[in-house]
Amino acid sequence: MAPFYKYGFFGDEMSLILAFVLGTGFGFFLERAGFGSARKLAAQFYLYDMSVFKVMFTAIVTAMLGVTYLGWLGWLDLSLVYLVPTHLVPQIVGGLVLGVGFVVGGYCPGTSVASLATGRIDGFVYAFGIGAGTLVYAEVYPWIKGFVNSNGMGQVTLPEVFDLPWGLVVFAVVLIAVAGFSAATLVERRFGDEA
Amino acid sequence: MSSDHHPAVMRGSGRPASPYWNPYLAGIGLGLVLLAAFVLVGRGLGASGAFSSTVAWLVNLVAPAHAQSNEYLQGYLGDGTTHPLKAWLVFEVLGVMAGALFSALLAGRARIAVEKGPRVSTVLRLLCAFAGGILMAFGAHLARGCTSGQALTGGALLNVGSWAFMLMVFVGGYSVAWFMRWQWR
Repeated sequence: MAPFYKYGFFGDEMSLILAFVLGTGFGFFLERAGFGSARKLAAQFYLYDMSVFKVMFTAIVTAMLGVTYLGWLGWLDLSLVYLVPTHLVPQIVGGLVLGVGFVVGGYCPGTSVASLATGRIDGFVYAFGIGAGTLVYAEVYPWIKGFVNSNGMGQVTLPEVFDLPWGLVVFAVVLIAVAGFSAATLVERRFGDEA
Repeated sequence: MSSDHHPAVMRGSGRPASPYWNPYLAGIGLGLVLLAAFVLVGRGLGASGAFSSTVAWLVNLVAPAHAQSNEYLQGYLGDGTTHPLKAWLVFEVLGVMAGALFSALLAGRARIAVEKGPRVSTVLRLLCAFAGGILMAFGAHLARGCTSGQALTGGALLNVGSWAFMLMVFVGGYSVAWFMRWQWR
């Protein structure tokens, strides 16, 4: 029965080794997709290369179908997979700020790591900026923690909030993703010539 | 033409860089790694948490009293019985470095360079990278995770906050894209 770690198949030390192994896979596929380059990532926002959307949604759909089927087979207990608690307003504001930071800097934290590891100086400077920002955030945290912890909804999923069957939401996400992929390809054709 | 390789496509390694993978193929690979993380460890992938652990560790080295009295950093230092860098996401991010470097070396893409559009100076690009990193840190901490820990991981688990977050990342990005055009096009 999975998750194996939560069922005590192995201990903390092994989980750290697995963290490194899973990380290598994560980094490998990020770089394969071209996400070690800020130009490739920023292209998403100029519509001539929608790889960020395509890779992200393919990954989401793959993992979502995986947990869904494994759950139905009774091999994976989804309630034991950690879910980040929802705090709607801080997460909406955080998403906006992060999106701006993405276009200004060209990376997100994971891709900046892939970028600096492959020799990109801008990725290194970006990661340094994340460190500096974290330092400032830690200093101002006492003043903003009321906001950060507001709107708490706990660990909650879309099917629970909208009172819909899990399978229906999964099906809808797959349909939206497939429609999105077609739309993204059309958009690339329309804006691709500009480059 | 007598020459097999055109100088314009030569990279630092002395051979042309391979093209990137098809996005759907890379996405399936990424999704399977994420699924493996769910099945093996019961958690998803992440990145921003590793930065927090590293910053907490560094501040604790330089100014231990200050770090331990800071509520945010304290959360990453724990009770002092385990090293702050002995954290799941720190090990995972070290793996990301190794995996990305391996892929880039295979493809002939590992080289010292600055990624930028043709119109922006290197200094200005690096200043933007630094500023973007600061914004990213605030966004990720406010949202309790970044593109990996929230959008990717929470997206696959149909987490409510993750989907709201993901939508707003695109809204935020597209809303400033025009003003930042000079940096990329």
